[in-house]
Amino acid sequence: MPEAPILEIRRLSKGFPGVRALAGVDFFLRRGEIHALMGENGAGKSTLIKVLTGVYPRDGGEILFEGRPFAAGSPHKAQEQGISTVYQEVNLVPNLSVAENLLLGRQPTRGGLIDGREMKRRAEAILKRLHLHVDVNQLLGDYSIAVQQMVAIGRALEFESKILILDEPTSSLDAGEVEQLFKVMRKLKAEGHAILFVTHFVDQVYAVSDRITVLRNGELVGEFETSRLPKVELISKLLGKALHDLEIVATAKGEAASERVGEPVLRVQGLGKAGVLERFDLEIHAGEVLGLAGLLGSGRTELANLIFGIEKPDQGEVAVQGEKVRLNSPLRALQSGIGLCPEDRKSEGIIEDLSLRENIILALQVKQGWFRNIPRARQEEIAERYIKLLDIRTPTAAQAIKNLSGGNQQKAIVARWLATQPTLLILDEPTRGIDVGAKAEIQKLILSLSDKGMAVLFISSELDEVLRCADRIAVLRDKAMVGKLSADQMDEQIIMRTIAHTDKVGAEPR
Amino acid sequence: MNPRLRRLTSLPLTWPLVTLVCILLFDFLFTPGFFHLELKDGHLFGSLVDIVKNAAPVMIIATGMTLVIATGGIDISVGAVVAIAGAIAGVLVARYHAPLLAVLVLPLIAAALCGAFNSLLIIGFGIQPIIATLILMVMGRGLGQLIIGGRVLWFRMVSFEYLGTGYLLGLPVRIFVAVALLALLALALRTTPLGLFIQATGGSAKASRYSGLSVGLVKFVVYTFSGLCAGVAGLVLTANIHGSDAALVGVYIELDAILAVVIGGTSMNGGKFNLLGSLVGALIIQSLTTTIFTKGVPVQFTLVVKAAVVVIVILLQSGEFRRQLGALVPGRATR
Amino acid sequence: MKLRVSRRYVPLLATLCVFVAIFCLGGLQYRAFFSLRVFTNLFTDNAFLGLCAVGMTFVILSGGIDLSVGAMVAFSSTLIASLTQLAHFLPFPAIALVLVIGLLFGLAQGAVIHFYKAPAFIVTLAGMFLLRGLGFVINLNAIPVEDPLMVKLSTLGIPLGEKASLSFSACVLILAVVATAVVLGFTKFGRNVYAVGGSELSVLLMGIPLARTKLAIYALSGFFSAAAGVVFTIYTLSGSAAAAMGLELDAIAAVVIGGTLLSGGFGFVAGSLIGALIQGVIQTLISFQGTLDVSWTKIFVGGLLLVFILLQRVFSQGMKKGGAAATRRAPRLALAAGDPVVGSTAGSGKP
Repeated sequence: MPEAPILEIRRLSKGFPGVRALAGVDFFLRRGEIHALMGENGAGKSTLIKVLTGVYPRDGGEILFEGRPFAAGSPHKAQEQGISTVYQEVNLVPNLSVAENLLLGRQPTRGGLIDGREMKRRAEAILKRLHLHVDVNQLLGDYSIAVQQMVAIGRALEFESKILILDEPTSSLDAGEVEQLFKVMRKLKAEGHAILFVTHFVDQVYAVSDRITVLRNGELVGEFETSRLPKVELISKLLGKALHDLEIVATAKGEAASERVGEPVLRVQGLGKAGVLERFDLEIHAGEVLGLAGLLGSGRTELANLIFGIEKPDQGEVAVQGEKVRLNSPLRALQSGIGLCPEDRKSEGIIEDLSLRENIILALQVKQGWFRNIPRARQEEIAERYIKLLDIRTPTAAQAIKNLSGGNQQKAIVARWLATQPTLLILDEPTRGIDVGAKAEIQKLILSLSDKGMAVLFISSELDEVLRCADRIAVLRDKAMVGKLSADQMDEQIIMRTIAHTDKVGAEPR
Repeated sequence: MNPRLRRLTSLPLTWPLVTLVCILLFDFLFTPGFFHLELKDGHLFGSLVDIVKNAAPVMIIATGMTLVIATGGIDISVGAVVAIAGAIAGVLVARYHAPLLAVLVLPLIAAALCGAFNSLLIIGFGIQPIIATLILMVMGRGLGQLIIGGRVLWFRMVSFEYLGTGYLLGLPVRIFVAVALLALLALALRTTPLGLFIQATGGSAKASRYSGLSVGLVKFVVYTFSGLCAGVAGLVLTANIHGSDAALVGVYIELDAILAVVIGGTSMNGGKFNLLGSLVGALIIQSLTTTIFTKGVPVQFTLVVKAAVVVIVILLQSGEFRRQLGALVPGRATR
Repeated sequence: MKLRVSRRYVPLLATLCVFVAIFCLGGLQYRAFFSLRVFTNLFTDNAFLGLCAVGMTFVILSGGIDLSVGAMVAFSSTLIASLTQLAHFLPFPAIALVLVIGLLFGLAQGAVIHFYKAPAFIVTLAGMFLLRGLGFVINLNAIPVEDPLMVKLSTLGIPLGEKASLSFSACVLILAVVATAVVLGFTKFGRNVYAVGGSELSVLLMGIPLARTKLAIYALSGFFSAAAGVVFTIYTLSGSAAAAMGLELDAIAAVVIGGTLLSGGFGFVAGSLIGALIQGVIQTLISFQGTLDVSWTKIFVGGLLLVFILLQRVFSQGMKKGGAAATRRAPRLALAAGDPVVGSTAGSGKP
């Protein structure tokens, strides 16, 4: 029925210092539909939600809710007006009971005191709508995330929301719980609610949604009807490669790779950790770039963390340059010649208030230990060298690193690890959230490092980057390694099919 | 603003020093004889000497406290550790007639162990620093009294008392103790990456871990050192009154030390620290106290003044307040 | 049928057991210990600590801290003593004034903490300095209180037989605890206090008035510590600005030993009362003993504190796992009739 959408967003823009989070995005939500919002990290999904619910003010564009201009000052005000959000972290209060969470602030009272019996009755009635039967007097924190999410949805319904936003609701749920959630979503859809389902799980989108909107780098890629969009096409839209104009990058390395012999710099056999990553095997040789491809949530960062010792594996063996090692801690990995440039440079990479120089030499100093201090002059020398090598734009090395742009901060962290002269450098999303120029520089750097003999493990959601730089590619999906592609197999189509599970290339026996 | 002036005002030591200078200037102008120094029996006397002399114990404790706060933690047990160290020293002198070396070393070992105990609770059990150090704060004085076997223990040991009451080159010995401690720490900071590791831990423990740093080891070192500093202060204070008073010695000194560190420019959130700033902070607190005293203002106002200082520091460090202030100044661009 | 106690009451029961254990220990050692009189005296002797602990419960439940309570007791007692002895106020107006000042002072502290996002530790530290100083400004010395009404209040009591009686202070304490328990357990404001301790962010997102709640919490702490000052003045029949040194620590210890998590969100005011009584009974036991130095009290309390904090650590780890995969409670979706109900105490949601 061609009725007006309940929510119309046009040309929405929002920027932060140095970053353009949303650039002219359109979005339409209809009554009685489940609409999936997809995009890799940094695509702008969460910014869109936050602008809609009033966490951030918008820079430009318009929002119409039920035909009228809409601007909420805060998430709570948005809720009062009919748009409720259930967050990934389930922002409820775990130390109070289910009933209290459902009705906090609006508890029924009798004679000034809370009427416990009435509260229990009301709470059970709400949950009944969701087919949830739990002891409402039990503490919320005693229940699984799945139940807590239901309670959050229940609270939203109590506010009579017309739009329900579910932000990554399935990340912590098992298959059975996901089914329960979908049952509830379908029921609410049938009752006329509009549901905005933010997720990165492709299969789930196909299971439950009517429409899909894809964002990429803050821009709208498109809005599609789920039933009319093949999975492989969806993946290509997420990863930014049009199926039609492929540039199959045949790199010279393609031939050189087959010449690699000898002891690999890193050999991993059967490494895995329950609940984190399934057992996998891996080999990287000196001068080789191994790319890791896969969607968000496929386990790429977990793989890097297992190798680097941030997570301790349950099983498996690791050998560095032929010698078996137990990589139980980052220090061990560091001492074995491995470096990791982490995914989240803000919380895992830079130390804000320290200077650029101090950030650069930190890992090297840790490697040298407590008793071999790097004298100030040498520190400055090292810092200067890498500032020049990586072209880090800064007035001086003494500049506090928080004042540098994202791209330069990223380069500084890469410099930190280069300074330790690793034999294997792991780069986890090194080009995320930085400008195009810096992205290109980093890719060039990777190529030159491997030319000089360093082994590189390169993780990125941007498929074209991986293809441009890698000699071989390992493909991850759903926390398992599903394929390894050699140079001659490195074809966009094959990679995306591997991710989409319509193909299994070089699959290892599990 | 003139770029050179801007660079000068952004130096971490600037504002604390300016504050101190202002206070002293006030005294210079309005308190006759404040700057008067006289030499008697080879000892230097005067208000200025009093300030430094009385500030010394706080300076000593603030030295360790600065490092602890720089890692993002806090140590409120130092007063209790002062009492424990003093109690052990007193008992060694009065009951065991121990040699000077033992009287100096054993309490310090005990104090360092107290610090290590704190770090164990924090690292091993993951308890918040303020809670972990609260335990020793509650128990410590009781332990001190237990060691003494009473409330106060008086003793006489001239060589030991020199630490608290003696003079060297005309100045009170304790000043040299504070300076020596500072020099020792400065040496460690120069020749080892200790300073970098502390600042990294306080700046971002997560990023530090990713860089291979053992955050637990860093915390162990700073809390043990903080305990050690408290021990040194305990020796000085006990030697001063040649008595171990487990109930009253160093009472509220932890608060003065924390205040000194905060005034000195080290943020309570951790990260970059300013040792000299903490020392200046201790001097500021003490010079305020001494100014009040010499002006004949009843001593009870000291506390009120201290409260005012804390409030000013809180407000200045509050982003919200700075924003409100900025909005009041016409023509100033507000973010 | 198994007697299953809800997990959230475990800390409270543990504290109660500790109290009973110590009390019985005393009774076994000393004949005279195990008497109603000793028990009611506990309330009287520790009324001021208990009242501080009641106020502190609000603050700690919300995840904050208040270091000014000891200074408030001293300030209040000095003020009352000065007003009644030197300014010839009548007791009740003086008491009323002191309570109002306490409330407003707490409110001011709460405002700075909330609106300027300043750490509660430092703000209430300043408050402590200020109150101590003001106390001394009012009067440097201890002032004996001789007002006949005040003296009457100190001897007033509800006789309970066996030479035991519930004094005025004890009644005030019990009343305060009961009222607080009702507020915390059965009013919207009380539940909001717990919510703030659980997650301030969630409280904001859920639309609960955060500022109002936080301000009220600190105001209540100021009010109760002022009340503690009143009770203290009646108990000692003197007002002194140097009194109650370190009382804030004792109050915090009482709350923690009483089972309230220092991180906020869990706990009961009854526990704080028991925590205060535990400190009192330890002290009484030691004075009965005669030879042990009174400083042992602090050591025992410190030791108990350590044990309870470690237990809290274990408890909160368990809570964290409770929500995740490890110790999941099966969400009984569309429960079939006749299914055994797991872990519920008084009936499930099943009709």
